[in-house]
Amino acid sequence: MTSSCPHNSSDPPREHLLHRLYAVQRQYRHISPQAMQQIADEFHLPLGQVASVVAFYAFFSTQPLGRFHILFSNCTSCGYLANGENLLQLLCKQLQTSPGKTRADGLISIDETSCIGQCDRGASLLVNDVPITGLNPEKIAQIAQLIATAIPLDAWPAQWFEIRDAVHRRELLLTTQPAPGSALRQALKQGIGETLAAIRQSGLRGRGGGGFDTGTKWQLCREAPGDARYVVCNADEGEPGTFKDRVLLRIHAEALFEGMALCAFVIGATRGFIYLRGEYRYLLPQLQAALNRRRDQGLLGGNILGHAGFDFDIDIVAGAGAYICGEESALIESLEGKPGIPRIRPPFPTTHGYLGQPTAVNNVETLIAATHIVAHGSDRFNSVGTPQSPGTKILSVSGDCRSPGIYEYPFGVRIQQILGDCGAGDAQAVQIGGPAGKLIAPADFNRAIGFEDLSTGGSFLVFGQQRDLLTIHRNFAHFFAHESCGFCTPCRVGTQLLKNTLDNIAAGRGSACDLKELQQLGQIVQRQSHCGLGHSAANHVLDGLQQFPQTFSSHLKQSFSARFDLDQSLASARQLTHRGDAAAHLDNG
Amino acid sequence: MMATTPGTIRIDNQEIPFTPGQTIMDAALAAGVYIPHLCHYPGLTPSGNCRLCIVETGNRSVAACITPAVAGQEIRSNTPELNAARTTITQMLFVEGNHICPSCEKTGNCKLQALAYHLGMLDDHFPQFYQRRELDASHPDILLDRSRCILCDLCVRASREADNKNVFAIAGRGTNAHLTVNSPSGKLADSAIAATDLAATVCPVGAIMIKEQGYQTPIGQRIYDRRTIRETGLQEHIDKKNDD
Repeated sequence: MTSSCPHNSSDPPREHLLHRLYAVQRQYRHISPQAMQQIADEFHLPLGQVASVVAFYAFFSTQPLGRFHILFSNCTSCGYLANGENLLQLLCKQLQTSPGKTRADGLISIDETSCIGQCDRGASLLVNDVPITGLNPEKIAQIAQLIATAIPLDAWPAQWFEIRDAVHRRELLLTTQPAPGSALRQALKQGIGETLAAIRQSGLRGRGGGGFDTGTKWQLCREAPGDARYVVCNADEGEPGTFKDRVLLRIHAEALFEGMALCAFVIGATRGFIYLRGEYRYLLPQLQAALNRRRDQGLLGGNILGHAGFDFDIDIVAGAGAYICGEESALIESLEGKPGIPRIRPPFPTTHGYLGQPTAVNNVETLIAATHIVAHGSDRFNSVGTPQSPGTKILSVSGDCRSPGIYEYPFGVRIQQILGDCGAGDAQAVQIGGPAGKLIAPADFNRAIGFEDLSTGGSFLVFGQQRDLLTIHRNFAHFFAHESCGFCTPCRVGTQLLKNTLDNIAAGRGSACDLKELQQLGQIVQRQSHCGLGHSAANHVLDGLQQFPQTFSSHLKQSFSARFDLDQSLASARQLTHRGDAAAHLDNG
Repeated sequence: MMATTPGTIRIDNQEIPFTPGQTIMDAALAAGVYIPHLCHYPGLTPSGNCRLCIVETGNRSVAACITPAVAGQEIRSNTPELNAARTTITQMLFVEGNHICPSCEKTGNCKLQALAYHLGMLDDHFPQFYQRRELDASHPDILLDRSRCILCDLCVRASREADNKNVFAIAGRGTNAHLTVNSPSGKLADSAIAATDLAATVCPVGAIMIKEQGYQTPIGQRIYDRRTIRETGLQEHIDKKNDD
């Protein structure tokens, strides 16, 4: 799956470690200790490092998976509970298997995974890496039938795999596409200084949500001493509810590649990477084809557009199921073939990034915006938006609304307008920026999208009146506990404690002190964690306690109740003694 | 803000000199100012994972062991709020693992236990996780009990940097994170570790212990029975400096 980009001898082996592991898993349906040893030898790595990588990424398995391996999304928008029925249980029942286990005959394994970015398409799953969206009980029954009769995937109904992207509103970036090469020609004509000046004058800020000034980032990277420089595109959009990069990668890949080449031109890089989330692996063939097309057109490779010495090419590295790799230093660790554990910062990637060299890491949307700015000028770009947030933002709208999909707005747009446009008249709350973002109540629907008010990477989750917000909080808490990399104590343990406390409240065993507990715990996780994941993992709980206290208080017991279920705690004793009778239960004894 | 001479930082209003490249932790320990820590060990590359050395500078909370000292920094460390947060983090470590202080051979020599005393921690506060974790008794001289591991990464770094052996790694995500042994069988007996390695002795808790030495020092006469963790923490730094 690696591109044919030539590598220097000082670089890691030709094939990326994640790709090699993926290929082994594809062939043998798991990665055995022998395979790990063999790969460790091939890559001249300690066995421990290979084992750490296998254990870190959710899509790798040391136990054999089924010939059909199904991962249901568990996101609040594209998850298996999205239309009120437990579709994961339904499929398990119909195929006589249970979640997380491979059926004895090796035909099928079914499990759940974090948001797969199909939130505008309803309940969704990945079957052998390919998404099937718009799931309902009828479709599940058909899937069960196809699997039971071992019909190969390419003989499944073709319309299931048709990609339909719902783009409902277009502004600067989505209305026109600069002709391939036009921005690069402009850059070569005006030179590095003016190209960088255009980016700086545009006021473009990082679209992943962080909002760092893109021109400054490129300049820092350009000025940092190093033996080589790298351009990295962060296409690991893992924030639940975000799917705009999925659409951009499909429809606007040319502008993305061009943006990367522009960045390379400015900072002096010869090599770039797109770190593509494993959930979007199915996009690889068309992305590779587009890269090859650009090589044929002289827009990538050696002497780009005939400009002697302007050499730049792009590799795509596919992740393997780890939300944390959206954090730029974790992403770089992953690019280097390691577990995605965020680095100590400073130093920042602009000076010490990939292989310790200056590296510009930019979001997909940021790089596409850069192409537009160079092609059409910075004036056109910052003619819309707000002074602090020039340009537009592409939002991924999903949840309880009539028209989920992609919406591009000038920065400064009010929540109220977005809700009106997407057909969400009776929203109870909106989660802006995904679980790591901000929970907004109707009183704040006049607030605006922008770095100075509500910053977002693009996720816009609408919750209607009928939604139980505690279920949402539990979903988010489970997500963070699952995705915490485990490096630092407050996040590793704190996200588990938040999850357990919320589960306890939902089970009717919470008391008033649990609310205080959530508050204190949330603040520790938010304040004392090592990286952005931990810093934001408790946001939703703290917002909920402040904005919607009844979400939690309505579930509390007024009288004393034990924090644990004593009868449930005896389950293992019943199992050991083969007892299931009424006398073995406390309530009925 | 008070005027600060170049090359100094202020921790809890005490002026502390530093040399360029030093972290807040290095400068503090060198000046005899103790900042609680578990995953920091003089001479090993700092990691910043335990978060006990959190200090505040401006409105930010940072780990002192990985944050460079910058001239004029105003740092808060020994405050009721930070010590409360440190206590909570210590409680988190206690409930995540299976810490059996009264019957653990490490009792009295254990940094986690000593730190809990230092912070005045009276209970675990949170419900126990009761995780099942693998024990490795394969090595003739060294016992590895993952139940008591706090994932501080000291053995990983000690083996890599001081012993040049790379015996340990941490694998798995979230609370599934666990210590692994870099050998074909995954067992210590098949690894290159020796009882004299720093990796075998650096463990702050009872996860890696030398066999057949149990109770040679009676309870009551152990490290933290004689000195506080504050004194030992500062002494470790002086010892390392003298070695160099």
